[in-house]
Amino acid sequence: MHRDVDLSRAQAPHVGRARERLEDAALLTGRGQYADDLGVKPGTLHAAIVRSQHAHAELRGIDIARAIGMPGVRAVLTGEDVKRWSQPFVAGVKAPVHYWALATDRVRYVGEPVAVVVAEDRYLAEDAVDLVQVEYAPLLPVTSIDDALAADAPLLHPEVGSNVVSERSFRYGDPEAAFAQAAHVVRLSASYPRNSCTPIECGVVIAEWLPADGTYEVTSNFMGPFSLHAVMALALQVPGNKLRHRVPRDSGGSFGVKQSVFPIAVLMCLASRKAGAPVKWVEDRVEHLTAATSATARATEIEAAVDANGRILALRYDQVDEVGAYLRAPEPATFYRMHGALTGAYDIPNLAVRNRVVVLNKTPTGLVRGFGGPQVYFALERLVDRIAATLGIDPVELRRRNFVRREQFPYRAAAGALLDSGDYHAVTDDAVQAAALDALRAKQAQVRAEGRLYGIGYAAIVEPSISNMGYITTALTPAQRAKAGPKNGAIAAATVAIDLLGGVTVTIASAPAGQGHMTVAAQVVADAFGLVPDDVVVNVEFDTQKDAWSVAAGNYSSRFAGAVAGSIHLAALRLREKIAKIAAQQFGCDAAAVRFASGKVFPAHAPDKAQPFARLAGLAHWSPALLPKGMEPALRETAFFSPEPLAAPDEADRVNTSAAYGFVFDIAGVEIDRDTGRVRIDRYVTAHDAGTILNPALVDGQIRGAFAQGVGAALYEEFRYGADGSFQSGTLADYAVPTAAEIPNPVIVHRQTPSPFTPLGAKGVGEGNNMSTPAAIANAVADALRPVHGEVDVVLPLTPARVLGLIAEAEPNAPAGLKAATTVAGGNPKGGVAIRASGSVDIAAPPERVFAVLLDPAALARVIPGCHALESVGPNRYRADVTVGIGLVRARYVASIALSEIDAPTSLRLTGGGSSSLGTGSGDGRLQLERTAEGTRLHYDYEAQVGGKVAAVGSRMLEGAAKVLLNDLFASLGRQASGQAPLPLWKKLLRWLGLEGAR
Amino acid sequence: MKPPRFDLLVASSTDEALEALRTRGDGATILAGGQSLMPMLNMRLARPAALIDITRCADLRGLRVERGDLVVGAAVTQMAVERRADLFREVPLLAQALPWIAHQQIRSRGTVCGSIAHADPAAELPLVLATVGGRVTLRGPRGRREVEAEQFFTGMLRTARAADEIVEDVRFPLAKAGERFAFVEFANRHGDFALVAVAVRRDAQGLVIGIGGVADRPVVSRLPLLEGSALDEALNELAWSLGAGDDPHMSAPGRRHLVRRLGRQAVLATVQEHQ
Repeated sequence: MHRDVDLSRAQAPHVGRARERLEDAALLTGRGQYADDLGVKPGTLHAAIVRSQHAHAELRGIDIARAIGMPGVRAVLTGEDVKRWSQPFVAGVKAPVHYWALATDRVRYVGEPVAVVVAEDRYLAEDAVDLVQVEYAPLLPVTSIDDALAADAPLLHPEVGSNVVSERSFRYGDPEAAFAQAAHVVRLSASYPRNSCTPIECGVVIAEWLPADGTYEVTSNFMGPFSLHAVMALALQVPGNKLRHRVPRDSGGSFGVKQSVFPIAVLMCLASRKAGAPVKWVEDRVEHLTAATSATARATEIEAAVDANGRILALRYDQVDEVGAYLRAPEPATFYRMHGALTGAYDIPNLAVRNRVVVLNKTPTGLVRGFGGPQVYFALERLVDRIAATLGIDPVELRRRNFVRREQFPYRAAAGALLDSGDYHAVTDDAVQAAALDALRAKQAQVRAEGRLYGIGYAAIVEPSISNMGYITTALTPAQRAKAGPKNGAIAAATVAIDLLGGVTVTIASAPAGQGHMTVAAQVVADAFGLVPDDVVVNVEFDTQKDAWSVAAGNYSSRFAGAVAGSIHLAALRLREKIAKIAAQQFGCDAAAVRFASGKVFPAHAPDKAQPFARLAGLAHWSPALLPKGMEPALRETAFFSPEPLAAPDEADRVNTSAAYGFVFDIAGVEIDRDTGRVRIDRYVTAHDAGTILNPALVDGQIRGAFAQGVGAALYEEFRYGADGSFQSGTLADYAVPTAAEIPNPVIVHRQTPSPFTPLGAKGVGEGNNMSTPAAIANAVADALRPVHGEVDVVLPLTPARVLGLIAEAEPNAPAGLKAATTVAGGNPKGGVAIRASGSVDIAAPPERVFAVLLDPAALARVIPGCHALESVGPNRYRADVTVGIGLVRARYVASIALSEIDAPTSLRLTGGGSSSLGTGSGDGRLQLERTAEGTRLHYDYEAQVGGKVAAVGSRMLEGAAKVLLNDLFASLGRQASGQAPLPLWKKLLRWLGLEGAR
Repeated sequence: MKPPRFDLLVASSTDEALEALRTRGDGATILAGGQSLMPMLNMRLARPAALIDITRCADLRGLRVERGDLVVGAAVTQMAVERRADLFREVPLLAQALPWIAHQQIRSRGTVCGSIAHADPAAELPLVLATVGGRVTLRGPRGRREVEAEQFFTGMLRTARAADEIVEDVRFPLAKAGERFAFVEFANRHGDFALVAVAVRRDAQGLVIGIGGVADRPVVSRLPLLEGSALDEALNELAWSLGAGDDPHMSAPGRRHLVRRLGRQAVLATVQEHQ
């Protein structure tokens, strides 16, 4: 509970107070209404998705016969059905990228849906998933931005002719002149990784095709933006009013991520159509991490033209976003959400930008809290700290010299953002004071004198809220925009109604995910009517067929406080005006003189005439004849609100991308532990100006949550992929979301400069620290390293492994005889799980005998551990049925094995590949047989790659597993060739492989 | 994330469990706390035809001191051991290591013997058992046998247990007068599997240093009492001897660095405690 929670329920005004949340009684007693908790219709079936284990492959065929024949399985949906009943999803940029709900001709990322099994329960559905046989012909994967841009890169979508699906350049002011005259040009390369915000509740969809009405009905925890409702309806080839979408009251976290539920909502509609029954799908954690979504990864080259005094004259951005395998709506929005405010909190008149969007073989990207902001500010704020270091100016002072000044608001930024209000210098003062910055710097000096690594980092950001729905059209040229028609605004809606007994109900289409929308809505309405929040009922279930909503509905772009609460306020005011007119007639006074307080309505001059609110409101229902002449009976008002300054992009590509812009200034003090590489956050201050604060406890909750996720992005979290496109972060053991034990308590300070553009003066506050904290911590780490290592391009997340790499001193030499470690694995420059192993084993048989075993299929079948059958499919080519396992982990692989480059009895090449329900594996190795006194010394040099589920959930063990399997194989080969008892050889083997350890 | 179909056999005694293991053969797996097994089932990494639940075997619930050992039965949870009032006096290294194991919720179900039988190379309990020179009691159709911890762990997820045997208990020798212990671990987050864990037992004769998380099993080395640069040299030799590999969480040189630095921290901790 917030330390200042106000328990005196009656005290008005309620807005601005840290009230207890209306939501919490239900949530804390297990009475939440999450999508998976809702009852479903009798006969509802359960879906499981067959997903690609390949990053890039032709889809040659799908055999569903065994799956459909399984008792309890009712339908299997494949690409053929999807092509028959739907069309590809549209996106903001027209490129021949065909993104269907299921892969139809190719798979382009690990986890891409290939088929849907619908069965009587989820267990059966998953059993049947294992029985669906998909034939893939692997293609070369593209797994990095550089590879995607390479001239000879494999193309994901050959019709595009390139992996670049969108490219635009922008120029504002005169950047060339500014760079030409600059005293300094400071540059930085920044890359922002793939990461996410991992809600506790994953995606849930319940879908039903109603053939009699030609309507699809969906209940899901899709959070919006509901502009995507149109994308879903178009994909399903129905008018919008025949796609009814409902959102339950509660959602277990969203953070942007639940935007990615929309393609699955369409998929489950089609699955229901195929099965002829309602279908429910609940996303599991492995699916979620593997294939739901990701923040957009970005490579940025940024440079600043700076004068001798540290004034930044111009910025030049060259940015490449990788959006995964498809351009999924609303991408390429990650770029354009921030576009108008690319100059950040600074008064920089000149700006040049090049934006390129590439596709590659990873999960499609989308909304992740902070959307676009972390990518921009990681580059910009790292650059600003570097400018300060380069010019020898205090980084706080450098920022002050460049900030937009108080008297400049509203300030039109170079690329078009209309920064609405603020006092950046004052908030910076607040932060400096709260951090006791002088003392912190003294501490740093002292700690450094002891030889320790301590850094202080800063970040100053503007936090956009209430996105302009037209910003995405900045991705189009002015000519394309003119052809398509202008898009702009951000329409929010709210309805306030008063019932027969004077009860007030608010309905909103904001799809909350735990933020406390109900509480704030009640506070706003209570103030309008002189009631207490507990009197107000807020219904946040959202039904597209029954509620007031428009394109901007949903839970994103920090739009609640500014736009939704503002709409509630407007609707309540309208209703109050109506009641005031009714009361004025009763009291015989002017409507403007009617007051609402303490549940009563009264004329300002005669409080003794007060009547209960419920009684006056009741007149509108019970006694329409008593209403003022011409007044419509009953009490229900819907307000639609779109912030006035949100115009479409202009001819010069200037666009005001958001309605309101808060400000955040962060100061981070960190120490790097030289023993472990751990970055410890010693001090963290975050100062905010988010306009008028509606509920301080909820605002601080938003800041703490965003800060925790910012720490995650800075130090812990990354979706890792192998060079082969395999996904390696499929569990929460591999994708390291920090826990309470890792998150320090930030010091939060506030200043309130109301926005002139929102009804209550409030701005969004939910994403600021997702944007500022990664940059501030990275700056602090760079500062800690600066005395020893100079300027470093730090890469996120700054895990102990990375930091140890940055601070590495020369390693003490290996003692004689130990350096020649037999197995070198991992170490792939692209960070893959390509496993390399080399070594040798002694076999007590001559090379001829070993070779004979290798060339004899019957003997080879006995050599391969777990081999059930080995059939010859050509000269020295075999198909094998093999159970591979370590410990309890086991799977049956269908494998192909080939011997080539045979030079008997001295060398051969052994290649193979296979797949199972656990994933794919392939190996390519060379065996050399050396004759020794005791028989043969077999040298091997292997490279293996592992993909699919086993790579996603077991990356920690893969290298060790590969060693074990190779040991088993060669031990078995030795036994077969020599007829020896296994144990002594086994020990020998271990010693050779360096696995026996020091005893 | 639903397991494939399996039979659940609930044994009420070790004899019943062994009989079930014998009749169901290779397709059966012992279920104790399930903290590693259940996720593997749900992810379908493991597909046993039958699970034999031993948590209700009264004869496996013993937690007692017997002939100089703390004996932990196969159905005893990690939490039950952690809460044992005298644990810091009886087996100080175990007391120090237990809080590093995952999270409280997991320790309240996970068993000591289950972790030993699973033999994850980065797990804390195998490291502790090997460092204190403990033993594993195996019981099967041929009767009982005791295996020294260092012989029990044979590789990644591999042990000396035969398919028809169960781990009946594990035995941690009680600390002797003059022995000092330290446990130091480093993981990305609290509760994660160790990137490197170091356990040290020190007595008048020398140091026993166990390293987890690097090789394919806990590796125990015996060193004379060393300090200063001689200790650093010995730790460097140890670091290089383990055949460290890269994985997505730590590089091989990083692991060697951690062995050197955490090793020194752990050895120093036993000295400081001594004073």
